[in-house]
Parts: sequence; structure tokens; C-alpha cells
Amino acid sequence: MTMETTPTPQTITTDGFRLHPEDEGAMRAEASHYEQPQAACIEALKIVQHRHGWVPDDAIPAIARVLGVGPASVEGVATFYSLIFRQPVGRHVILVCDSSSCFLTGSDQLREKLTDRLGIGLGQTTPDGRFTLLPVCCLGACDGGPAMMIGDDVYGPVDEEDLADILEGYP
Amino acid sequence: MNSQRQSPLYRSRLLQPGADRSPDTHPLTWRLRDDGQVVGLKEYESKEGYRAVSQVLNGHDPGAVIAAMKEANVRGRGGAGFSAGLKWSLTLQGDDIPRGYIVCNADEMEPGTFKDRLLMEQQPHLLIEGMILAAFANNARYGYIFLRGEYVESARVLTAALAEAREAGWLGPDIAGSSFDFDIALHTGAGRYICGEETALLNSLEGHRANPRAKPPFPGQSGAWGKPTVVNNVETLCNVPAVMLRGAEWYQGLSGDRTDDGGTKLYGASGLVNRPGLWELPIGTTGRELLELAGGLREGRKLKAWLPGGASTGFLLPEHLDLPLDFDTVGKEGSRLGTGLITVVTEDQSMVALMRNLEEFFARESCGWCTPCRDGLPWTVKLLLALERGEGEAGDVELLDKLAADCGPGLTFCAHAPGAAMPLQTALRHFRREFEQGVRYPRGKAHADPIPAGGV
Repeated sequence: MTMETTPTPQTITTDGFRLHPEDEGAMRAEASHYEQPQAACIEALKIVQHRHGWVPDDAIPAIARVLGVGPASVEGVATFYSLIFRQPVGRHVILVCDSSSCFLTGSDQLREKLTDRLGIGLGQTTPDGRFTLLPVCCLGACDGGPAMMIGDDVYGPVDEEDLADILEGYP
Repeated sequence: MNSQRQSPLYRSRLLQPGADRSPDTHPLTWRLRDDGQVVGLKEYESKEGYRAVSQVLNGHDPGAVIAAMKEANVRGRGGAGFSAGLKWSLTLQGDDIPRGYIVCNADEMEPGTFKDRLLMEQQPHLLIEGMILAAFANNARYGYIFLRGEYVESARVLTAALAEAREAGWLGPDIAGSSFDFDIALHTGAGRYICGEETALLNSLEGHRANPRAKPPFPGQSGAWGKPTVVNNVETLCNVPAVMLRGAEWYQGLSGDRTDDGGTKLYGASGLVNRPGLWELPIGTTGRELLELAGGLREGRKLKAWLPGGASTGFLLPEHLDLPLDFDTVGKEGSRLGTGLITVVTEDQSMVALMRNLEEFFARESCGWCTPCRDGLPWTVKLLLALERGEGEAGDVELLDKLAADCGPGLTFCAHAPGAAMPLQTALRHFRREFEQGVRYPRGKAHADPIPAGGV
């Protein structure tokens, strides 16, 4: 199932972003939990990301308007947090733990197997838009190292032989 | 979910069967089910759940709660080991002081640590009860559970449990008829290890970049939105209900004569051991006992070194295996107890490669706020990579000494860089020869100017 290596799709939509009314409502609901609406900033970015897969540039001023804060402050947050994606990612994001316990139990080998199988390196997306591969710090699954996370699912210890079966579950 | 397939989906688990756990000996885990399913509200209530809230809130004496926590000597289980009771006694309270916040630090991201996940995924009401008691003691009006974004299962369980607790009247106005009101919201993050630093966490909670804040003022004086705020780790808060129900003396007694620290600890072991896992044990349990519980090292390997409680603690050696793992004893050995989950390093492991991995982590996770951390940590990675490849230059090991010293306590804005320095300094001390073996070239031109200058 090895795929060909091609450059990661880098198209960034810069216009025509429409905030879904449901999402705007969800952001306002989140903001009501805090003294200041700015506190819902990360959640607002995650709401956009949940719907679109990533956070396009034009979503930033849209979020800023809902929360009543400056776009620069939303942008500052959006570029700080590693799980907010500022460019398109695949349908499934694979987070490979590379922290100490997984390092000691074979995370380098796991990452190599993944890059071989998918034909992409860390930070890249398969040409068919199916998977994006990213490193992540300690997944808190150290008794199951080497560990990785695909979407909402945590796997570990991941054996090389299980890899094909696991990936098949994410069409 | 793809649970119908045979695949190694990770599940958090405790390696002690229910028969081995009792309310008198295992305050954190005695209610956990052997099948690993969530202890729901009804089951929790049937096992003394929320009894401490009913009693304490109707006693109307927040000072007594703080006194009991102090006497029990519950030390912060997030890794710093600061007395929770003492912290609470310093929270600003009074008629002219606004009611503040309880923030649960559930940003478990310390490499080698997987304990809070278990408590949240399988016993969410114990944490909620602990937070209610903490709120009562600190006169907090609202609570937040700051949960790391990757803990999706914890988020699902906590969301359901918070709704259950609210429905049953354990959260909201007039809790247990005491006229005390308090509620909790779940706040999930989006990555970045630095969020676990308590003031960076507050910035993140407020929706900013997670840069740490200057102390003082401490959060207890001015925390979230300038209000008095108490930040406690998940495991710390989970200890509160039992201390209230059974008393400080009983709690102190749990550790026997092993140590002055009270209570139990969620200890764990990971790395190349036969049975990596998690156990609730008296605080002061030794590394040797943990290694035995973990079934020893895999395939006859020998122990080279171990981290007592995460990536930001110093390396200990086999000769330290019989020390009680408490905060003060480990501190005296040039390390820290940290989170108490040991990472085992076997003899076949290159310390240079492991240090490179650790410093890559710290360099990547630096928030970039202050210079020793932002610039110093990538520099250590560069040197360690060269030494690992056998391409180091004379003076590289000494430069690592200096970089580690320059990242030490008091020289940086927060504890991130000192956390990166501690394993490096201890590795250089205990395994210096391995680092020196990576030196191949004489000191080169690149090192004539020790500052990697950009185009200034």
C-alpha cells in the first residue's frame, strides 16, 4: 500500500471563508463559561478545525469578530498551539509519540515504518489526502510504548505487523 | 472507533486487582473496577462518594479543611511536591476579596507519565469531589479542568460525569443543602507541554499564548483574570476526599515509616521492562520494588540508569534503587521525584542518543519567551547530535556543561529550562565518558565565537 511521494498540498484559501452559524453559536456558548470571551479562542479555533479539517487564514478575522477581540490575538494563539493546523491536513492525522519512553521502546522504528508505508515524512500529507503524519510529545500511554494516535484513537504498543491493519481502519 | 478490529487500542489500566485494594489502604483507586469501565455516579455514591462533600460543606469551616490538608502533608502530585495545604493557606480570602477559581491541572504531558489519565478515564467523580472540597476551602466560585487536547477519552468521560454531578445537585447552587455554590467547566487544550506550568496554564486558559507569568504575584493572590486562583494536579485533588473522611493522621500513616510524606502515590514504570504499568503504593516505595512489580527488565537486559519521575528529573543509577521515592529523599540525590513514574534505561542504550531525544523534546516545547531556553536548548540539541554521530569537537562536552548551568534555576523565566538542564547535568556527571567518546575533531572555527550569530 506504499504511495508515491509528492509534495504536500499547500493551497491556502484566503477568501470566501464563511463561518457556519452553528459554529458561531458554539463559540458564543463556549465564551459564556469565562469572564472574558478571549478565553474561548482555542476552542473557537478547534470548532473551525473540526468542520474544515484545518484553520484557513480568513477564519481568523471571523473568529475575532465573534469573540470581540483583535485578529492579531487570535492569530497569535492559532500559531502557538501544535494541534491547531494552519494548512490543510489529511482526513486522518497520525500523531507519533517521540518522547522518552516511546523512544526507548522503538518510536524511531515505528516512525520509519510509517514513513515507508505512507511515502511521506513528518509534517507531510499523502497525495490522496488520506493521512498527515506529525510528531507529538508524550501521549501519556508510556506503558504502551511505542504509541501513536490516529484521529481520536490511541494505539500502543504498536507492533510493525499491526500497522497495515490499523491503517486500513482509516479510509 | 474501530473497536471491532483486533488491534492494540491503548487502554489505561491499573495493574492491581480489586481484591488487593481497599478504602483503608488505596484512597485513590479502591473503587476502580477490574473491567476498567467508568465508575459512574451511582456506583461512586454507593462507595462513599460525595460523602466528604456533604459532611465538609455542612460543617461550614473552610479553615478546618486547609488545616487537615496541611497536617496530612499532601504534597503536589504534579511533580513540584509543594504542600497543597500550605498553598491553600496562602490563597487570598476575605470580605473585600472576590471569589476566585479552582483550576485542575490535567495537562499531563511530562514524558513518562500516564497516571492522571487513569483517574479521569475511570473515576471522574473523585476528581470532581476533590475540586468541590478545594473550592470550599479556597472560597472559589468556579472551577476549570484544564485538560490536554489529546486526552479525548478523558474529555468524554469528564463531560458525562460533570453533567451527572450537576443533575444530582453536587454542582450548582446550594450544594448538599449547604448554601455553597460551585460549578466546573471542562477546558481542553491544543498541545504544547508548557501549558502544564501553572502560570502558562492560566494564560492558556484565558485564551492567550502559553507563556509563563512572572511570580509574584502567585496565582493564589492574582491568577485567572486577576482573581485568587488555586492550581492543583489531578492526583493531588483526588486525595482530598479521603483526607476529609478518614483524617490527616490516617493519611499520614499510609506511608508507614518509609517517609515523612503522607499518603499513597500512583507510581509507574515504563521503558524496556516486562510489565510496564501503574500501581497505587505507599509514598516512599523504592525503585527496586517498582522494578519487581514491573517484572524486571526485558530479555535479560541490565539496568543502566532511571528517571524517577519524568523527562525533567535527573538520572539516578542502580545504586539508588533502594531509596524511598519521596520528594525530599530524591531531591537530596540531585534529582526530583517529579511525577513518580519511573523511566527505565537499559545498559545497551546510548546516553548521548537518549539525551538528544530529551533535549529535542525540551527545545521543541520551549515557549520561546526567554533566551537561555529558546536559544540554549536548540544549541544543546546541535551539540548532542554531533556527539551522537561521533562528529563532536573538543570543548563540546564543556559547552554542554555551560549551557546546562546557564539554564539552571533562577536564570530563566520558568522551570522549563531548569527541567531540561537536570537530566543533562546528571547524564554528564554519571556518563561523561560516553559524551567524550563523541569528540573527534579539534576545536573548530565555528566555536571561536560561542554565539551562533545571525545577521545582526
